[in-house]
Amino acid sequence: MNRILYFIDRLSMRVGHAFGWCILVLTFAMSYEIFVRKAFRAPTAWAFDISYIMYGALFMMAGAYTLSRDGHVRGDVIYRLLSPRKQAWVEFVLYFLFFFPGVLALIYAGYDYASESWSYMPYGFQGPRGEISINSPAGVPVSPLKTLLPVSAFFLLLQGIAETIRCVLCIKTGEWPQRLHDVEETETILLQKAQEVQKRADEASSLSTEGGGKE
Amino acid sequence: MSDPHVAIMMMGLFIIFVLFGFPICFTLVAMGVGFGYYAYATPDQMSHLFQNRVFDLLVNQTYSVMINDVLVAVPLFLFIGYVLERANIVDRLFFTLSIAARQIPAAMAVAALVTCAIFATAVGIIGAVVTLMGLLALPALLKAGYDVKFASGVICAGGCLGILIPPSIMLIVYSATASVSIVRLYAGAITPGFMLAGLYIIYVVGRAYLNPSIAPKPRKEDWDIPFSRLVKMLLTSLFPLAVLIMSVLGAILAGWATPTEAAAVGSFGSLALAAGYRELTWERLKESVYLTVRTSAMVCWLFVGSWTFASVFSYLGGHTFIEETVMAMNLSPVTFLILAQIIIFLLGWPLEWSEIIIIFVPIFLPLLDNFGIDPLFFGILVALNLQTSFMTPPMAMAAYYLKGIAPPEVQLMDIFEGCFPFLFMVLLSMVLLYNFPQIAFWLPNALGYIS
Repeated sequence: MNRILYFIDRLSMRVGHAFGWCILVLTFAMSYEIFVRKAFRAPTAWAFDISYIMYGALFMMAGAYTLSRDGHVRGDVIYRLLSPRKQAWVEFVLYFLFFFPGVLALIYAGYDYASESWSYMPYGFQGPRGEISINSPAGVPVSPLKTLLPVSAFFLLLQGIAETIRCVLCIKTGEWPQRLHDVEETETILLQKAQEVQKRADEASSLSTEGGGKE
Repeated sequence: MSDPHVAIMMMGLFIIFVLFGFPICFTLVAMGVGFGYYAYATPDQMSHLFQNRVFDLLVNQTYSVMINDVLVAVPLFLFIGYVLERANIVDRLFFTLSIAARQIPAAMAVAALVTCAIFATAVGIIGAVVTLMGLLALPALLKAGYDVKFASGVICAGGCLGILIPPSIMLIVYSATASVSIVRLYAGAITPGFMLAGLYIIYVVGRAYLNPSIAPKPRKEDWDIPFSRLVKMLLTSLFPLAVLIMSVLGAILAGWATPTEAAAVGSFGSLALAAGYRELTWERLKESVYLTVRTSAMVCWLFVGSWTFASVFSYLGGHTFIEETVMAMNLSPVTFLILAQIIIFLLGWPLEWSEIIIIFVPIFLPLLDNFGIDPLFFGILVALNLQTSFMTPPMAMAAYYLKGIAPPEVQLMDIFEGCFPFLFMVLLSMVLLYNFPQIAFWLPNALGYIS
């Protein structure tokens, strides 16, 4: 079970990381657009379409990665008062109640949505298939973005399975299995460092008082 | 059971289930699909189970989040923040400003506030600002003999300004929720933002003037550096960051670029700035990218859930029901506004700003028209209001972050007590804004962005 769990965790992480680089494409594409528009009065026809495609791909495909790092917000007023085992039970049940139905609906409906988009023939019967953007004459294809909708829901489904495995492990052992680490928010890192320093200081002071007792 | 009752049940169940701590965006999607299936069910639903209009609604709402041209700016502004917070510029900024402000009472507290305000404006991530400043400025303030409560209040209050002063991510999110133009919203939020920061500074200086013992004057020899060197320090620390923020904001307000384009140029600029300070490493770039993608997914998936949920809620007649109920109460606009702000304040205890703005503010938005309240005005009041939720228990994110990294002698109660006067300033600025709406409206009107 552990192997499946960490395989899915790593898969979601890789996908999330890969699509993260869309942010640089977005940055450079839009900066280029501004530059040529302002400096040469020659705006591009594709920049606007690229902007939302990069953004849409970035956040949709990172859904599973964010879930694997417990990054989706929770209203945890009651939740955090529970013991890990009870938390795991609550979560296990809620995954079947609230997670899988929604995500399966996204895959099912998204599949139809994407295949409809691919059935468009904007260049006639001979030309390439797939819906193109109506925002500009550049004809930026949007079918790939629509395809990412069910694909990202599929990765979420996998990650959801991993999370239920995590719940099962926690119900068995009484504590949450470790999550993978790649990068943490600055505040999380700083808070951890401060706690370690404090712990070491406490240990040092308890050692010194013990030493003092012996003398 | 009539449909509006089902809608109210849907909202009630949602609020109960939120407390169980399941990731909210998925709860919203699933409840939207579940209740939507009921709402759109045809009489012969049982014979074709997999055909229901809720599926079209789900993909259409999801796709409309994916191509939303306002939300494109969210990952870009997040990226700017993550790049800048890793560029180690806080220490330069704080040290330089402390020297620049040395003549006025409570110089270091003022410098800490201004550093917080500038840094928070650029970064926009409260946790990062409060912890970084708490590690850097708080020990410096305490060492200089500042009162513990006073010093910790300054850092908490200053760190929260980033969600109010444009270019703030919270305002982009509100703009996408309320369909208020982001340009108008930014123009409207600038003056109230500076007003609040100004009130903070007045309080800090005034308090230190009346009671010098809480903010001892620096020893002369510590801060005595030649004017030319000070100018050079300002040019290398304050100036680049200020230019970056002002050019992004200026380009948006002057209509030279869309917020997305300005944010893209801003993130290009932040990379250049980090590189200029020789703080841009491959490792840090990767970290910034990964954190950006995680936080963007968190915010935007919340939109996917909320829009699906809200359209089903509305189809069932939930919004109409709420509207009729509230109108039947015969509230005056003032009472309504105060009531709404109290509810949002209370929501700030268990929830974070993203959930409040994306899920709960939309319940109030359709009502605004009936009371003749401009959504822009409401949004700025909400942004002011949410400042308080970071500083009041039990959630008090800013206070807990500060406690987490502060020296052990700083007690949580000290931090809360220190925040208290700043909460009063927030309240004061809300009262001022309510009585003089021109504080928010003059700039958008002057720039020609009429609602």
